[in-house]
Amino acid sequence: MLYRETGQFKTSYKADMAVFPIRQDRIGLAVILLLAFVATPLFGSAFLLSAVMIPLLVFALAALGLNLLTGYTGQLSLGTAGFMGVGAYACYKLTTFFPEVNLIVWILASGFFSAAVGVLFGLPSLRIKGFYLAVATLAAQFFLQWCFIRIPWLYNNNVSGAIEAPVRTLFGMPITGPHATPELRYLVVLSIVALLTWIASNLVHGRVGRSWMAVRDMDIAAELMGIRLLPTKLLAFAVSSFYCGVAGALMVFLWYGSAEPEVFSISQSFLILFMVIIGGLGSLIGSFFGAALIYGLPIVLKSLFPMLGLSVGAATIEHITFMVVGAMIIGFLIVEPHGLASIWRTIKQKLRVWPFPY
Amino acid sequence: MSNQIIGGPGLFSRRDDSVAKGEPLLTVENVSLRFGGVRAISDVSFDIRKGEVRAIIGPNGAGKTSMLNVINGFYHPQEGRISFRGQTRRRMRPSHAAAQGISRTFQNVALFKGMSTLDNIMAGRTLHMKRGFFWQLWRHGPALDEEIRHRRVVEEIIDFLEIEAVRKTPVGKLPYGLQKRVELGRALAMEPDLLLLDEPMAGMNLEEKEDMCRFILDVNNAFGVTIALIEHDMGVVMDLSDRVVVLEYGRKIADGAPDEVKASQAVIDAYLGVAH
Ligand SMILES: Nc1ncnc2c1ncn2[C@@H]1O[C@H](COP(=O)(O)OP(=O)(O)O)[C@@H](O)[C@H]1O
Ligand SMILES: [Mg+2]
Repeated sequence: MLYRETGQFKTSYKADMAVFPIRQDRIGLAVILLLAFVATPLFGSAFLLSAVMIPLLVFALAALGLNLLTGYTGQLSLGTAGFMGVGAYACYKLTTFFPEVNLIVWILASGFFSAAVGVLFGLPSLRIKGFYLAVATLAAQFFLQWCFIRIPWLYNNNVSGAIEAPVRTLFGMPITGPHATPELRYLVVLSIVALLTWIASNLVHGRVGRSWMAVRDMDIAAELMGIRLLPTKLLAFAVSSFYCGVAGALMVFLWYGSAEPEVFSISQSFLILFMVIIGGLGSLIGSFFGAALIYGLPIVLKSLFPMLGLSVGAATIEHITFMVVGAMIIGFLIVEPHGLASIWRTIKQKLRVWPFPY
Repeated sequence: MSNQIIGGPGLFSRRDDSVAKGEPLLTVENVSLRFGGVRAISDVSFDIRKGEVRAIIGPNGAGKTSMLNVINGFYHPQEGRISFRGQTRRRMRPSHAAAQGISRTFQNVALFKGMSTLDNIMAGRTLHMKRGFFWQLWRHGPALDEEIRHRRVVEEIIDFLEIEAVRKTPVGKLPYGLQKRVELGRALAMEPDLLLLDEPMAGMNLEEKEDMCRFILDVNNAFGVTIALIEHDMGVVMDLSDRVVVLEYGRKIADGAPDEVKASQAVIDAYLGVAH
């Protein structure tokens, strides 16, 4: 089937304002959702679900959160992992205090805790911009990680200093702990990520998203449109940190099973920032592309080399990954600041007019 | 106008008529503005009457842009007072000026570069949009209805400015002349009572200038918007404006009807030998 909008006349602004105005896009989305919700859990191996799909979704959610702040609102943050940690520790405290409440409620609720912390550390953004703001968020990153190490109350005084996901159930089936099936964990993660992605898409396509982008592109003109800078930026910090917090909680409870403070270190923040840059600043789908590329690359390399009959050590693969990712970041920053998402758009644009060059 | 609800009749269908046509809408009294040692504006007074096109002219560096910045709250003058619609103030945030019904364009285009023409002009509707954050999370029902209502108004502006073809183009990719037009559209989308235009025709070719003149006259006549216009092209100023105020080195040197001002010796002296 050709990818065309010809013949699909939009008879109302409502149709024209839809997130996917082209029918083929809507069909594509439906196919992806079917694959993700039905085919993958039915036919995917435990390895694919636990070691590929769940991590990828968790990273995509965190990248999406950072993208709302950095890509859409133009506020560079290096505190992503710290905000993820707030979500993880909040969820841990909540579910150990109130074990009878469903874990999914607490995972979503923990997002509000990181949102509050995000707003707090977003306050300087009224006065400082760019590099200096990045330094301020870096302070948040270190302060939060310090809290995760130094405040034993946060990890219920465990001697290990780590938090461990207690067994929790959904409809009588365990979703955490050793007996939780990969299928169920995957479906829970997928549902939450799909829901939050849909909400993010609603936000960025409406008044809120336009205000964010207006502040990013030209803050003085935005102010003149009646967009108040501080509330707009703080809202971006809140929503972004909410997403990162939920991603952090998902990471510990439905992927790792347990976590030490190092999980929420500065290198994790950078990793997610790289995903956003490679995927595309200011693109929701780009956040998924970026997460898939950075997380997926070493996995692909690991299976690719043996297939070519080469035996390559794990360390080498890690180095190759670093090199490729590093080169891509430099490349994207120089030639295509909108990342993979922009390449995707170009392909779609070419398809739309194919076979004619214009 | 700030709590106007767009029902369907469209752009400028409900105007604020608290000030009668011909009465002063904005009054600037003895305003002085300094940047350190630089006196950008010295003791300037003038008014803008409801419904008129008021030109502000003068050589480069005369303080024209600074005057607009004072009017819409970017700069706070050290001395003097400004009254808009009878309300006097000394300090005001730009977003507050916007809510009061003052909008503007910039000397150097200040569009939202990464957004489309449509989104730029939609952003101009922000003040008129009332659905809060929790409605926005769920982009169906009330939030979408509101969005569609405003889209209709924005499409009216797009038709009016004849920019249908670039509706979905990121404005960063548009030629300069069109960018200036989109910026006018964004300012119009606020349905201002007072529109400040800072050199809207700078850098345009003759044809583009003629279009822009036509738009400005239409905005003034058809929509009844009061306009303050900074422009260097004396021909344009003579054609468009009802009254002209002339600044030089931050001081007002003339104020009156276009021909009066043109004949004034002080203005002739100020413009002699000044390239513009
Ligand atoms: N933000 C600022 N800081 C310092 N000086 C300024 C600033 N804005 C304007 N000025 C000075 O004020 C004077 C008037 O500038 P401006 O209002 O831009 O003139 P015009 O628009 O008439 O060309 C100039 O001398 C300019 O250098
Ligand atoms: Mg100027």
